[in-house]
Amino acid sequence: MKNILEGSRAIALTIKNINPAVVSAYPITPQTHIVEDLAKFKADGEADYEYARAESEFAAASIVLGASATGVRTYTATCSQGLLLMAEVVYNIAGMRLPIVMTCANRAVSAPINIWNDQQDVMSVRDAGWIMFFAENHQETVDQHIMAYKIAEKLKLPVMVNVDGFVLTHTYEPVEIPTREQIKKYLPDYKSTKGEFLDPNNPVTMGAFATPADYMEIREELHNDLIASKKIIDEEYKKFNKFFKQTVNGQQSTVNSPFLEYTGPSNPKVILVAMGSVIGTIKETVSEMNNIKSLAANLMREKIGILKIKIYRPFPAEEILKIIGKAKYVAVIDKSISLGQIGILASDIKAAAQGKINSKIQSFIVGLGGRDVTKEMVKKIIREVKTNGDEVKFIGK
Amino acid sequence: MFQIRIHGRGGQGVVTAAELIAIAAFKDGKIAQAFPYFGVERTGAPIEAYARLSDQVIQTRERVYNPDILIIVDSTLIGTLDMTSDCDRNTKIVINSAQDKKDIKINFPKENIFTIDATKIALEIFGKNLSNTVILGAFAKDTGLITLKGLEAAIREKFADKGKEIIEKNIKAIDKAYNN
Repeated sequence: MKNILEGSRAIALTIKNINPAVVSAYPITPQTHIVEDLAKFKADGEADYEYARAESEFAAASIVLGASATGVRTYTATCSQGLLLMAEVVYNIAGMRLPIVMTCANRAVSAPINIWNDQQDVMSVRDAGWIMFFAENHQETVDQHIMAYKIAEKLKLPVMVNVDGFVLTHTYEPVEIPTREQIKKYLPDYKSTKGEFLDPNNPVTMGAFATPADYMEIREELHNDLIASKKIIDEEYKKFNKFFKQTVNGQQSTVNSPFLEYTGPSNPKVILVAMGSVIGTIKETVSEMNNIKSLAANLMREKIGILKIKIYRPFPAEEILKIIGKAKYVAVIDKSISLGQIGILASDIKAAAQGKINSKIQSFIVGLGGRDVTKEMVKKIIREVKTNGDEVKFIGK
Repeated sequence: MFQIRIHGRGGQGVVTAAELIAIAAFKDGKIAQAFPYFGVERTGAPIEAYARLSDQVIQTRERVYNPDILIIVDSTLIGTLDMTSDCDRNTKIVINSAQDKKDIKINFPKENIFTIDATKIALEIFGKNLSNTVILGAFAKDTGLITLKGLEAAIREKFADKGKEIIEKNIKAIDKAYNN
């Protein structure tokens, strides 16, 4: 049954129904409502998990690392400065192959101090070895959290679910939260593998020292496992869609996979690529063109395609190229930037496209530090990408 | 789609009001969205919140720039903050004010201005100026976008943790504003 909920509450209710054994977090705006709700569920006797209050994000990440190493399901959430403080542990979690799921309520990074949304925070740990989801709306957020646990526990890899801070965490909209029973059918209780967790009966060392003789192969193996995870992710996505039919996501799309969603014609002139909630604004901008109030009709008429990246790591390079290769102009819309370079998703796509497709790929930066991304800005990007020049452009007005 | 923008000050329940509109519309069978624009939360600072109501999925996340309905919870903002320059002449404005609408210093067609002395009703019922729910009773009546029944259900759900007394007082307040 659908209900109208704040995004943070939708996440908290989903985590409650996923039933982790240990939750640890340190509050930080705009993630706070999630962990407050989880603490309240516990205090009200509605949840069984251990709720470990931490003295910092570094401690929260360390607590879930330790708990996960003992072979139980865990959860944490953070963003921005909190994620930066966790960074050392974030790398360790991936290196130790711990199936931790974390929500990042994406927010700008200081200085200047800013509590509002962009996606710079997650980009600081994009190379750590986590699988990274990005959600467009509440339903996708809920669905991705459930899938995240299944994928993490199957692959022994951590998963981060990125939700735009405030834009999703503080918005009320209709969403369906599967019950604990429904989730359990898809996501059975977590059982860690013998010999791969801290067990007094089977002592092991985790996160051990590796000399130059071994370190490189261990890192290569982690990389290869992330690349190979695509097959399992794809299988789990299909299974998920069989179990849960409530989702409205991807209804209008022409291509829909766990990695991306493409909405538009097969012969687009322009493709707009983005991650997260801004996709909704892009879709509505195109819907309203020509006074005909139809996304499908306008996409055809304007020869525009909209490409949503749902999984950023492992990077779905081949799938992306297959779609954008048909377009003359590709606008990659980032809410983050590698300062001194270009938008970070744009940079990845340009690297993947090198020598393989002929489309012009241009980087556009929007929404830094909570700057509202308006329909006018989306229209401006559509105009700009069709002009000469491919330098990075900040679209702030 | 109908777009609503609410102006008030931090601490006056502006965000809650937007959320109540969305919940009420959802209870009425519509699709709804509500979200705030926070400054860093400071009591007394101007604050905005938004709601959208539609029969179809609402995808846009941009703030509301051309509201169909403008709600002003705190009339002391009039003259200090430009709230109407992006409104068109059909925008309806619901204002919490004891003044007659002809005396409100806002340059706008008077037939589209609706006033309700929500502060007076709030003081009578709560003993303090909690006018955010009160004004929604007037909003329901003046715009017809949400039903009183939907609003009641929204209050019961949103204030479930606050206890029966607060819920009943709020329902009394919206009834009074609706039938004002």
